Amino acid sequence: MKKYTDTGKKDTRSGFGAGLYEAGKADERVVALTADLKGSLKMNAFADEFPERFFQCGIAEANMAGAAAGLAITGKIPFIGSFAEFVTGRIYDQIRQEISYGKTNVKIASSHAGITLGEDGATHQTMEDIALMRALPDMVVINPCDYNQTKAATIAAAKYDGPVYLRFGRPSVPNFTEEGKPFEIGKADVLNEGKDVTIIATGHMVWEALQAAEALEAEGICAEVINIATIKPLDEKAIIASAIKTKAVVVAEEHNMAGGLGELVAGVLASSVPTPMEFINGKDLFGQTGTPSELLKAYGLDAKNIADAAKKVLARK
Amino acid sequence: MATIEELQNTASQVRRDIVRMVTAAQSGHPGGSLSSTDIMTALYFEVMNQDPKTWTRDGKNQDVFIISAGHMTPVYYSVLARAGYFPVSELATFRKFGTRLQGHPSIRKGLPGITQASGSLGQGLSAAAGIAAGKKLDKDNNFVYVLCGDGESEEGQIWEAGMFAVYHKLDNLIAITDWNGQQIDGTVESVAGEGDLELKWKAFGWNTIVADGHDFESILSAFKAAKANKGTGRPTMILFKTEMGHGVDFMAGTCKWHGKAPSEEQCVEAMKQLKETLGDF
Repeated sequence: MKKYTDTGKKDTRSGFGAGLYEAGKADERVVALTADLKGSLKMNAFADEFPERFFQCGIAEANMAGAAAGLAITGKIPFIGSFAEFVTGRIYDQIRQEISYGKTNVKIASSHAGITLGEDGATHQTMEDIALMRALPDMVVINPCDYNQTKAATIAAAKYDGPVYLRFGRPSVPNFTEEGKPFEIGKADVLNEGKDVTIIATGHMVWEALQAAEALEAEGICAEVINIATIKPLDEKAIIASAIKTKAVVVAEEHNMAGGLGELVAGVLASSVPTPMEFINGKDLFGQTGTPSELLKAYGLDAKNIADAAKKVLARK
Repeated sequence: MATIEELQNTASQVRRDIVRMVTAAQSGHPGGSLSSTDIMTALYFEVMNQDPKTWTRDGKNQDVFIISAGHMTPVYYSVLARAGYFPVSELATFRKFGTRLQGHPSIRKGLPGITQASGSLGQGLSAAAGIAAGKKLDKDNNFVYVLCGDGESEEGQIWEAGMFAVYHKLDNLIAITDWNGQQIDGTVESVAGEGDLELKWKAFGWNTIVADGHDFESILSAFKAAKANKGTGRPTMILFKTEMGHGVDFMAGTCKWHGKAPSEEQCVEAMKQLKETLGDF
C-alpha cells in the first residue's frame, strides 16, 4: 500500500495558528477573536503581527459570536476561537441566528475537540459538536487530520465566502499529509486505493485508519482509505464509488455516533448503494480523565479496533 | 430637517400601521412597537445618516441600525416602508406566507433595510458592537444604533456585550433601551427584578442617558448628546422611558398587549385615537 511517513508529531491547533497567520498576511480583511484562549488556539502570531485586527473578548463566547457576525457584516473575515464545547454547544443559538441564519462570513475555530483533549475530562471533551454544526443550514463543517491539512484548511476557509466550522485538536499527532497542498472544500482524499473494504476516517482517526490498513495488508486484505476532512458538504460521489468497488465500509471518527460522519455516510449509502457498515466512534458516552492514548484505547478509537471492524464487515459482504 | 410636528404626524401614521398590520395578520407584537414608535420615527426621519437609495447590508459610509428586540417588527417595517426602503403597500403582507416581512427580521428574504436577523433575544447588541468595531477598522466615522428591550436585558449576553463595547472603546455605538417596564409575564420588576438599570449601565462604564421616549425634543436632545460623546472612547446607552402600547388607550401600560392581536372592532377603536397623516397602506 501507499506509504505515509510521520514527519514529526505536531498538534493540529498549531496548524490552525499557522494558517490564520498566513491568511491574515494575505488578506487584511481577516480578523480574529478569542474568549481568553489566545495561547491555546495558537493565535499569538496573528495577534502580535496584527494587534488592531485581534479582538480579545474575555470569557464571553456568546458575545464573541455576535460581534464576529457584526464584523463580518462590515466585510471582515472573522475567525472566532475557543474550545470545541464553548464555540458550539454553549452558543448554539448565537451561531444559529447570527452566523447560519444570518448568513455572515464567520469562521468558527474549534480546538481541543474530541476525547483526545485528555486530562480535563468530560466537561471539555466534546463528542457531539459535528452533529450540532452539521444540523445548521449552509454551515460548512471541516475536520482535518493533521497539522499540514489543518493549516491548508484554515487558509481555504478564509477564502471561502460563508460560515465554516473548523474542528481540530489539542495533542501532538503524526503529521503525514503533503506540506503546502491546497485544501479543497468538499473534496474527499483517497489516501490508499483498495478493493476489499473501505475505511472512511476523519480527523485524528485518519492516521489510525492508515495503521489499520497496514495491519490488514499483512493479513492479505486490501483496504481503501478515504480521508473525509470536509464533512459538510460531503463528497458523496467519492464515497459511493468506493462502496460500489469494495462493498464493505467502516467509518471511524473521534465523535459520538449521533449525528456524526458514520450516520451521514450510512444515510448516503442507504439511499444509493446499501452496503454493510461498521462504525468506530464514541458511541453514546461521555469521556473521562486520562491521557489521549489511554482514552483512545479505552473507547476503542484506534487502529486495532478499526482493523477488527474491517474484518467484521468483510464477513458480512 | 423634520419639524417636531412632522415627526409627530409620522409617528401617528406609524402607530396606525402597527395596529392595522397586527390586526390583519392576527398575530404579532403591538405593545413594544407602540412604545418605541417615537424613538424609531426620530431615528429614521431625523437622526440617522442612512439613505434608502444607497443602503447596503454592509453599512458602508452610512449609519447602521440593528433591532435587537426582533419581535418589534411592526414598528420596524412601518418606519422602513414610510422612509422609502420598500413600498408601503407591502405592509399588508406582514406575517403572511411568502412575505419579505417575516415575523421576525430575516436577511434571507431580500427586504431592504434589514442588516441582521434577530428574534432570539439578547444578541443584537453584540452584532452592533461588531459592526462598530468594523467601522473603526475602516475609519468610517458613522454611528451604529441598536434598539434593545428592557425585558431583553435579562439576557446575560447583553452584559457580555456591555463589557466588550467599553473594553474596545466603541464610542461610535449608540444603544437604546425601550424602557417600557413590561414583558410577557408581567412588569420587568415583578418578573426578574430589574433593579437600577441606569446604575448598572453606568457601572459597566457606559455614557448613560435617561430621556423621555415619547417627547421628540427629549428624544432628539438625547441623540445629540450621544453623538457628541464620540471621542470619549465610551459607548452610549440611552434609556428611553416609555409606555407599552402608547397611543392606544386600551393597550397602554400593560403587558397584555406584548404579543396579542386586536380584534377588528378593537382596531376600529384604535384608529379613532390615531390620526391618519400619510395615508393608510
